[in-house]
Amino acid sequence: MHDQRSTIKSRAWWAPALAVLAFIALALGVAACGGGGDSGGDTASSGEEIVVGSLLDATGPLNIYGKEMTNATKMAIDDINENGGVLDSKLKLVDFDTQSDDTKYTQYANQLALQEDPAVVMGGVTSASREAVRPIFDRNKILYFYNEQYEGGVCDQDTFATGVVPSQQLAALIPWAIENIGPKLYVVAAEYNYGEISADCVKKYAEEAGGTVVGTEFVPLESSDFSSVISHLQTTKPDVVVSLLVGGEHIPFYRTFNATGLNSEMKIVSPTFGLGNEQVVLPPNESKDITVAYPYIESLDNPVNKEFVKEYKARFGDGAYVTDSAVTVWNGWHIWADAVEKAGTTDREAVIDAMQDGSGISFDSPSGTVTMEPGSHHVAQDISIATTNDKHGFTVISTKENVPPAYENEVCDLVKDPSTNQQFTP
Amino acid sequence: MDQLINTLLGILISVSILVLISIGLAVIFGMMKIINFAHGTFLMLGAFFTVTAVRAGLDFWPAAVLATLAMGAVGLVIERLLIRHLYGRLEATMLATFGLALILEQAAVLIWGASSTGISAPLSNFRIGRFSFSEYEVSLIAIAALLLVLTYLLFTRTRFGIMARATTQNPEMASALGINARGINMGTFACGAALAGAGGAALAPIVAVSPSMGSAYIANAFMTVVVGGPAIVTGTSISAALLGSVQHVVSDRTSIVLGALALLVLAITILRFMPEGISGRLRRTL
Repeated sequence: MHDQRSTIKSRAWWAPALAVLAFIALALGVAACGGGGDSGGDTASSGEEIVVGSLLDATGPLNIYGKEMTNATKMAIDDINENGGVLDSKLKLVDFDTQSDDTKYTQYANQLALQEDPAVVMGGVTSASREAVRPIFDRNKILYFYNEQYEGGVCDQDTFATGVVPSQQLAALIPWAIENIGPKLYVVAAEYNYGEISADCVKKYAEEAGGTVVGTEFVPLESSDFSSVISHLQTTKPDVVVSLLVGGEHIPFYRTFNATGLNSEMKIVSPTFGLGNEQVVLPPNESKDITVAYPYIESLDNPVNKEFVKEYKARFGDGAYVTDSAVTVWNGWHIWADAVEKAGTTDREAVIDAMQDGSGISFDSPSGTVTMEPGSHHVAQDISIATTNDKHGFTVISTKENVPPAYENEVCDLVKDPSTNQQFTP
Repeated sequence: MDQLINTLLGILISVSILVLISIGLAVIFGMMKIINFAHGTFLMLGAFFTVTAVRAGLDFWPAAVLATLAMGAVGLVIERLLIRHLYGRLEATMLATFGLALILEQAAVLIWGASSTGISAPLSNFRIGRFSFSEYEVSLIAIAALLLVLTYLLFTRTRFGIMARATTQNPEMASALGINARGINMGTFACGAALAGAGGAALAPIVAVSPSMGSAYIANAFMTVVVGGPAIVTGTSISAALLGSVQHVVSDRTSIVLGALALLVLAITILRFMPEGISGRLRRTL
């Protein structure tokens, strides 16, 4: 007891002294940094660094997406800095590993907003994580980019989405499947907002193309138990299985599907397969004949992409297969940087105005030209349909150029009504 | 007819998976009264050992046996370094094994990376009427039964098993009778760890193998063992049979979420009326 008291007493005595010391050290440190910048010559004239934030799942079951997105973030920031930075200032990336945990997203988003005052924050992998952080950035008036394929419909003056949406992806994939495989569809979806909204979209596009959805089943993100799905597929006998599965825990579906021998009776199409490099994890016989639709496929034949892939593999190893999500992240950072250059400031309102000005900002991406639509804050981009090959990759079947985010453009016009803040669903 | 066989096999596979994930815990928690929060990471290590051995060129079956033995060895080391000092201190074992789980999980991240991986299921598939089945998944039923029988025989028919049960029931008396309690405890813990390793190995071809995979199974494993009660083999079998079939039937008829929910509701209901578990009133000790 006596010991404890004396510690408390001494701690009380030390605390202010420590705080003062820490403060002095901090002040000296800041001064030293500033001094370093001055003596550095070039960097001194270019002013302070611009702080930007990133929230991605580098670990946990969603890191199958987050890993490549984190890589692409680093590469994009370095690329922008090597080419002179933004407004002659270097970008300083403050990034957090959100560990596939939505509560970590809110925690780090608050930390970024309150402590770092970033010019922009990019991140979020699942739609659940996006909806966890979007209100935080809205509230703190921080510009937010969501760079991942998703279910579409978010209409928010503060948010820009560079990912592919169903009116580009499913609108191409579902009619293709009905025409080339068969009209009976079964939907297996991850159980959260992405899977549920996308399942409705599948139904809509299937009916428009003359197909029918004979069954829909939702699987929790943390479940690897597909026995009931496999049994339902055998009773309903669809031609096409539409997989809206998400995350590492759902990869066993493709294994079980193959182990049960269903791949000889029906084919899988998916707007998510490959985003997590599932075709690399699975041996070619287990990922055979799976058809996808994305703006970006690694084998796309254009000079920007060749250069991009070369640099990506030199940096992250030959084992890395460049995902659509990685390129989406790359596009997000460059579109923002171009908008800041156009605006001449990192001020949020001015940057939003720059992106809403005229016909929007276009960027020459590895996936082709992407254009940020001024009204909907979504991008128009090329869409390719591709099928898995025996080399752990995809072979492109067809490409349609400059596909607009039709649904988002139809329901959302932030130029006309900037106060809109909701997610539209079909 | 084929629908009936499909449902029956589905139920048996669900039950077998519960047995596979909980039999190791039944020995360590049910028998030794150590609340082993590291059980999920034991399963994970068993799965990763199997994946590694298969990647190194081994067939699945020898790889699974090797992973089981390796996990037994890991269990031996853990018992000597950590668990040995904590017998009879329930809270201390909880904390220590929880910490151990964190350490093992991070170690797995460092060794194998944070991404999920896996191996193809061995064997092929067969067809009954409208339904086809994965032969490997059906063979899980046999693997689970084999592990149950082996555990039963080990603890009833061998000298080691009888001494192990004596030691866990009354260590002082056992020691007084000349049993080397420390050595026996070490062996029992290693057996539990090896069984967990076997469970992980058996799961490796059908689930996503990742460092965090243990957390998906540990709740169900504890549910099965606690509902099973003190007689580890009989109790675990009966409780796995009950929980597994309810889970399978509900998720097949409604949704996977409701299936998982049904398992928990049933477990809670059983424990409300039989706080000592199903085998609490049986006059069996194993």
